[in-house]
Amino acid sequence: MQYLLLIYGNDEAFGKMSKAEQEGILQEYMEFSKSIAQSGHYRGANELAPVTTATTVRVRDKKRLVTDGPFAETKEQLGGYYLVDAKDLDEAIGLAARLPNARWGSIEIRPIVPHDMP
Amino acid sequence: MDVERIYREESGRILATLIRLLGSFDLAEEVMQEAFAIAIEQWPKQGPPDNPRAWLVSTAHHKAVDLLRRRTRFDSKRDELQRLAEVEQHFSEAEESMLRQDEVGDDRLRLIFTCCHPALSLEAQVALTLRTLCGLSTEEIAHAFLVPLATMAQRLVRAKQKIRDAGIPYQVPARPDLKERLEAVMLVVYLVFNEGYSASSGDAVIRRELCAEAIRLARLICEMLPAESDARALLALMLLHDSRKVARVDGDGDAVLLEDQNRSLWNQNEIREGLTLLDSALRGGAAGAYALQAAIAAHHARASRPQDTDWKQIAALYEALLRVQPSPVVELNHAAAVAMAEGPGAGLRLLDALERKAELCDYYLLPAARGDFLRRLQQWSEAALSYRRALAQAGNETARAFLSRRLAEMEKKAEEAPSRKGDR
Repeated sequence: MQYLLLIYGNDEAFGKMSKAEQEGILQEYMEFSKSIAQSGHYRGANELAPVTTATTVRVRDKKRLVTDGPFAETKEQLGGYYLVDAKDLDEAIGLAARLPNARWGSIEIRPIVPHDMP
Repeated sequence: MDVERIYREESGRILATLIRLLGSFDLAEEVMQEAFAIAIEQWPKQGPPDNPRAWLVSTAHHKAVDLLRRRTRFDSKRDELQRLAEVEQHFSEAEESMLRQDEVGDDRLRLIFTCCHPALSLEAQVALTLRTLCGLSTEEIAHAFLVPLATMAQRLVRAKQKIRDAGIPYQVPARPDLKERLEAVMLVVYLVFNEGYSASSGDAVIRRELCAEAIRLARLICEMLPAESDARALLALMLLHDSRKVARVDGDGDAVLLEDQNRSLWNQNEIREGLTLLDSALRGGAAGAYALQAAIAAHHARASRPQDTDWKQIAALYEALLRVQPSPVVELNHAAAVAMAEGPGAGLRLLDALERKAELCDYYLLPAARGDFLRRLQQWSEAALSYRRALAQAGNETARAFLSRRLAEMEKKAEEAPSRKGDR
């Protein structure tokens, strides 16, 4: 199965960390990516720009409504994701628990629904 | 051969094996019901098979293959085809393995870990465990938890959907995670037991069944995971509590306090087994909340008369329990034990401290305990005041009946003789 690991954290708290701390965490992510690529779990990953850059669009009555910010205001923001192959939820949980953000933020695990692409 | 009896005793195991073979809760349930329907039809005429369980698994399995073939003909969705291939592949393997007792035990253990997966809500874990492992009907479970049938049915459907769609595996977790996952399983087992044991509401027959099923599940866990001493402590705890089940309600269904119970009604077999299990659990290093609670229950079980109870030890055990599992309810129990060990005055001092924290301000047992300590100090009108406060907060009928009796008693005593003062 494929799972999307959604990485949640607090942008503000991250911003307040020292340069060295931030780099340490980045390094951890690099090592994690390399490790799960070697073990065959890695399918893709991306870091997202801070939530201050987010824009939300809705279309109602064929009219576009564009607003600043994310759809829902929460303390923790989506900061990135990994797409992984895992044999079941337990394996996906095992991978998610290794992500640095699991220690202070949280990781949401969502199964991917398989669809045939046209 | 009584098909109904086989259903009661074996359906949990058969379902566990079918879920492994078919990879689907719904399909497994459907074909198991069909297999039993065929059994009811055939066995009385042709005589029962040598191994009824193997017959039922095999018949259900054939039904599943038929069903999937028929479905794929109309609806050639890829996952259905894939499932059919898997089911057929499992077929010969199943024929061999289902006769082996150890495999069947493994299936049930796997199923426990699936049903009690932390990715499911606790409510769903409990419901699913009772439905699939204990064979209770959705109606019975809804009744036991005082939830509308439709709500319970929905809860079960959602849980099964999540197992399927989120890929919750059907396996006993590997070593590093086993301890943590076993905690979750034990919590569900203990919840099922407590739901049956706390006689606050619901059908008495179903409640007894919940206790019996919880004990049965704990036995299975102990059997399959003999190295887990905490699981033995949990089984000991439940057996020691269960041993008092006849003595703890009177003819009218009212609760009888521990000190007023007829101890000759306690089930000595369960006590013996519970004490042995507890010994072995403690030697195996169990020191968690279940072990401590079992040790407390063991002290009560060993006392043939209330006055033989070793309250000093019990108070010390509650103190240890407070460190492992701090909660206002445990503090209250600790205060009650201290009142017995050192006198009601010492208990009252602990209650004063507890009341200041206010976490328990809506909890009737707090004024009820105060009333009890004051009663023991023969401060009748003060005791009556506390019982009146407890009565105002108590929700369940059994507790209200008890508190009303005590209140009437105190009011009578207060009229006859003025309270003794200054004992505190």
